[in-house]
Amino acid sequence: MDNIGIVFSITLMYATPLIFAALGGIISERSGVTNIGIEGMMTIGAFAGAAVGYFTANPWIGFACAAAAGGALSALHAIACVKFHANQIISGVALNLIGLGVSLFLSRLLFDGVTQTLPVPNKLPKLVENGPGGLNLDSTVLVVLIFIIGVWFFLYKSRGGLRLIAVGEHPAAADTLGVNVFRVRFLAVIVSGLFAGMGGAARTLAVVSSFSPIVISGHGYIALAAVIFGRWNPVGASLACLLFGFAQSLVVVLGGGDIAIPSQILAMLPYILTIVVLVLLRGKTNAPKASGIPYIKGQR
Amino acid sequence: MTKTTVRDWLKKPIVGILLAIAIGFAVGAIVLLIAGYNPGEAYGALFRGVFSKPKYFAQVTIKSTPIILTGISFVVAFKSGLFNIGSEGQYITGALVAAIVGSQINLPPVIHFIVVILAAMVAAGLVGALVGFLKSRFHVHEVISCVMINWIMLYLSNYMITLPWFKKAGTEASVEALESSWSVVANNWKTSEEGLQQLAGSDSPWAEALLKTDLNYGILIAVIVAIGIYLLYKNTVKGYELRAVGINPHAAKLAGISVDKSIVTSMAISAAIAGLAGALTITGVMPHRVTQLSMHEGYGFAGISVALIGGGSPIGSIFSGIFYSMLTYGSASIQSETGAAGEIMDIVIGVIIYLIAISSLIIMLLNRKSAKAGKAAKNG
Repeated sequence: MDNIGIVFSITLMYATPLIFAALGGIISERSGVTNIGIEGMMTIGAFAGAAVGYFTANPWIGFACAAAAGGALSALHAIACVKFHANQIISGVALNLIGLGVSLFLSRLLFDGVTQTLPVPNKLPKLVENGPGGLNLDSTVLVVLIFIIGVWFFLYKSRGGLRLIAVGEHPAAADTLGVNVFRVRFLAVIVSGLFAGMGGAARTLAVVSSFSPIVISGHGYIALAAVIFGRWNPVGASLACLLFGFAQSLVVVLGGGDIAIPSQILAMLPYILTIVVLVLLRGKTNAPKASGIPYIKGQR
Repeated sequence: MTKTTVRDWLKKPIVGILLAIAIGFAVGAIVLLIAGYNPGEAYGALFRGVFSKPKYFAQVTIKSTPIILTGISFVVAFKSGLFNIGSEGQYITGALVAAIVGSQINLPPVIHFIVVILAAMVAAGLVGALVGFLKSRFHVHEVISCVMINWIMLYLSNYMITLPWFKKAGTEASVEALESSWSVVANNWKTSEEGLQQLAGSDSPWAEALLKTDLNYGILIAVIVAIGIYLLYKNTVKGYELRAVGINPHAAKLAGISVDKSIVTSMAISAAIAGLAGALTITGVMPHRVTQLSMHEGYGFAGISVALIGGGSPIGSIFSGIFYSMLTYGSASIQSETGAAGEIMDIVIGVIIYLIAISSLIIMLLNRKSAKAGKAAKNG
């Protein structure tokens, strides 16, 4: 019984940063721009959050700067993909390198030549600390919940969201109806960077308290997998992130106990499960039709 | 008679890549300046860190071997329109199988080495074929299945290392591959008394390059693979089919090419080459074993950069692999000599790739301009 609180806490602790990044991925992909640079944007957000949080001693300022840093990096992606019709995956690969490179470079510059920042004096506050059954909840859980509802409402219930979806499905049609495809995509990519940056900071300001090169290692890619797993829907993607988090919590909880499943095998489960689910869906994934294709005016 | 104009010259891919590299270094210099370092000193340190001793260049070559191969691996999938982001996991598969076959089976030298790399390539190739199968049969996007398999393989390798027959007691690593499977250059000299004396007696820097590094035959194998893949696409029907599927799958299908089969074949070849990279690390480089990993080592992602800087060509990947390896190996000298973070090279490489990504527009603009110029010339 003791473990339920712990499982719940670890699941949310691990899933929250992923959900931020996945929401960003949804916005970008729904507008028709593939963004595998999310990993780099999470990394730079994680660094900016930890560094600003350290120097200002205010985690919320750090959190806001993390979003700004992710947004700034994603502006490069937006310029490449929307303005220059670049190969979106190649641009994403470049941004992952730049995001990691800039973070480590600045870390060595500001923190005495090491790639690990000093711990922030104040982490983001907890909603629940040492509650019943070892329950611990970060305030980022509440923030992300608001954003999930917000993104859902925006996508399906607002005019802007419907335009965004139209641009991702059939940009030429949206264009003829007077929607500015370039502007919608540009903004969508920037917003995805803001979210990814917050996701990074959700790790360095809530889960741990400092940045290091391994704090974001593959989280951005997993968030993207969650986007596809969740069929480009904010609620679905969030559930997929929770699944990854749940598996992670099982590794922690069962790994220490005397159940005879090796922790490495448990750790594989969410990844295997993702493939199995995608096989069962047989590609019926509702991918935005124009995702990954640059829009060139006058071309059908 | 056609005259080559500056514009035509600018459209050559190699020129674009060299320009991207130059701009990449310029951006790196600006970043260094802003951070208060002297870019001239930093790049000087980079240059000396690579070329001042044969030993350093030997290290560059050794470190370039796996990324040249993961680069070629990426190229193969890319030619068929597939994005193999799974070289990382396929590399782990190759290394793991090489360590198992290298340590558990006893065979004569050379034969043992061949068996090890073939086993590793088959295992990794099967992983790649699975990705291709999932894509062609169930429409599972290869990027997603590759990301998943990267992690599955990492955990599988970590799990295998805990097994009593494979774990080296008291370490977080597997047992070493037997010497009969090694591909180290002049291994007999290095391991025998007389050989060591002979080498230690000479103070030539070349002896140092041989003696104090893990110089191995891997780089030769990488070059052979590059040439083999080049010929596959250039001279064979199979290669033509694999490329056709990448250029236009619908047209390929109409021409009677099995698109599904080509996807599986392409992914299998691509993955087998990444597996070879892992195997050659085990046979060629100390400590000839696999260790517990907490995160990916980055050979697969480096391979993507290598392939893109190499202009998407297998032969180009040899040069870009060595170039990439120079930057990452030399970055340590930047840090020790000037104090600037070696990660400046990640930024430089990132900028180069970013420019390569947007270079298509520049070519498009040049084409449009020359088309206009051509029309004007005709009308005039």
